[in-house]
Amino acid sequence: MPVINYIEANGTEYSIDIAEGVSLMQGALDNMIDGIVAECGGCCVCCTCHCMIDPAWVEVAGAAGAEEAEMLEMIDSRSETSRLSCQVKVTAAMEGMVVHLPESQY
Amino acid sequence: MGNNQSAVVIGGSHAAVQLVISLRQNGWQGSITVVSDEPYLPYQRPPLSKAYLAGDIAEEQLALRASAAYDKLDVSFLLGVTVLAIDTDNHRLRLDNGEYLGFSKLALCTGARARTLPIAGVDLQGVHYLRNMDDVKGIQQSAVSAKTAVIIGGGYIGLETAASLTKQGIAVTLLEAEPRLLQRVASQPTSDFYQRLHKENGVTIRCNAMASALMGDTRVKAVVCSDGDSIETDMVIIGIGVIPNTELASAAALEVDNGILVNEFAQSSHPDIVAAGDCTSHLNPLLRRTLRLESVPNATEQAKAAAASICGLQKQYAELPWFWSDQYDVKLQIAGMNQGYTDAIIRGDITSHSFSVFYIKDTVIIAADCINRPKDFMLAKKLILHNAQIDPVILADETTELKTLLTEH
Repeated sequence: MPVINYIEANGTEYSIDIAEGVSLMQGALDNMIDGIVAECGGCCVCCTCHCMIDPAWVEVAGAAGAEEAEMLEMIDSRSETSRLSCQVKVTAAMEGMVVHLPESQY
Repeated sequence: MGNNQSAVVIGGSHAAVQLVISLRQNGWQGSITVVSDEPYLPYQRPPLSKAYLAGDIAEEQLALRASAAYDKLDVSFLLGVTVLAIDTDNHRLRLDNGEYLGFSKLALCTGARARTLPIAGVDLQGVHYLRNMDDVKGIQQSAVSAKTAVIIGGGYIGLETAASLTKQGIAVTLLEAEPRLLQRVASQPTSDFYQRLHKENGVTIRCNAMASALMGDTRVKAVVCSDGDSIETDMVIIGIGVIPNTELASAAALEVDNGILVNEFAQSSHPDIVAAGDCTSHLNPLLRRTLRLESVPNATEQAKAAAASICGLQKQYAELPWFWSDQYDVKLQIAGMNQGYTDAIIRGDITSHSFSVFYIKDTVIIAADCINRPKDFMLAKKLILHNAQIDPVILADETTELKTLLTEH
């Protein structure tokens, strides 16, 4: 299983094994990472699973879809590498990927 | 919060999962047990009528948390076990397996059940309600050999089910007793849109149509309407609303009024019992009125308040209600509650698949239906929370970026 490294805004790091095909959101939820709220449970409707892909991993993570991109536009804390973690499914190529979490999801 | 304390949650729901996680996050050191009458670990309910019914996602993908997550939290489950009574005097539950389960603190996350249709024939094979996993498994079984389906009820569950079955090549007829779809929850433009969307996708919609009997020998064959018309069908799905599961609470002398009554801290009228989710009637401090909501964000956010109360902390549940619905390629996001609106302002082209309806009450935005408009939705939430007063002409003018409206407030 690929290891994904989540880094919270306060610097806390988590290295977590996540099965391929599982979303970054679900991986965070299953491991009680506080920085992901996921009010809607992963349906791309609430914007509370926002994460920022480390710049070195942007290509591996891929680009946001049209709908996701519109949602992201409305997030104050967004960056150029922002994604909704429910829309990023873990692949083998993500071994070691670094994902930053915002200070707040609201 | 010593180790000898026990927290028990009734119901294997969205609320229950958040509650047990929040208990540990708040430092609860005692035992935690979830009692659920379903045989499954808690799963996501919204996809049941949407992606899961349509066959787009598998059962494993519905799990709210991997089972290993509950091991880490040291949460145990009693699955397939029904609570028969809450014995408040002795702080214990009477279970249908003949045993008793003691609690120091109790959380009621009992949810709601499908409202039943009191007509002849509802017990026939091929007749289904849609509330839980087993309901959907039954629908999927019927759908394998079905060419036609009748859906009774033109609310969100009925409409989502119509879309999911249509996607599987089943010819769907939908009956709505009121003059228009979504009458209870949406304005005319939103209703009209969904009527059009379903027609475009081949669904036959009959408004002002009541089912008076379901016919068949062992399996349903036809739906008889109150106007005498008969519709032949291979299966029937009934989606006419839900009833909160409050019986355990009532029998334990908790205050109940269209839901288990709780305050903004999710506390019931009993000092050691909290409640969260669809089963509660709760005071919403933002809207300053009592609500009973059927939504995931309500379940999870209220559960956080409930967990805090169990741990002796105070976390107020004061959130703007919001909802969503997926049908075909259309995503509806609803912010706020539109009850009592005086005006509905359209932003976008009402004949397209992308527009929003903003609900205004006395010059203030109180709610919005956003159809394939995620940006409008995100902004509507903020505008509503800011009690924004916006000129309807500007709101309807698409050349004005909505974001600029927010900065003015």
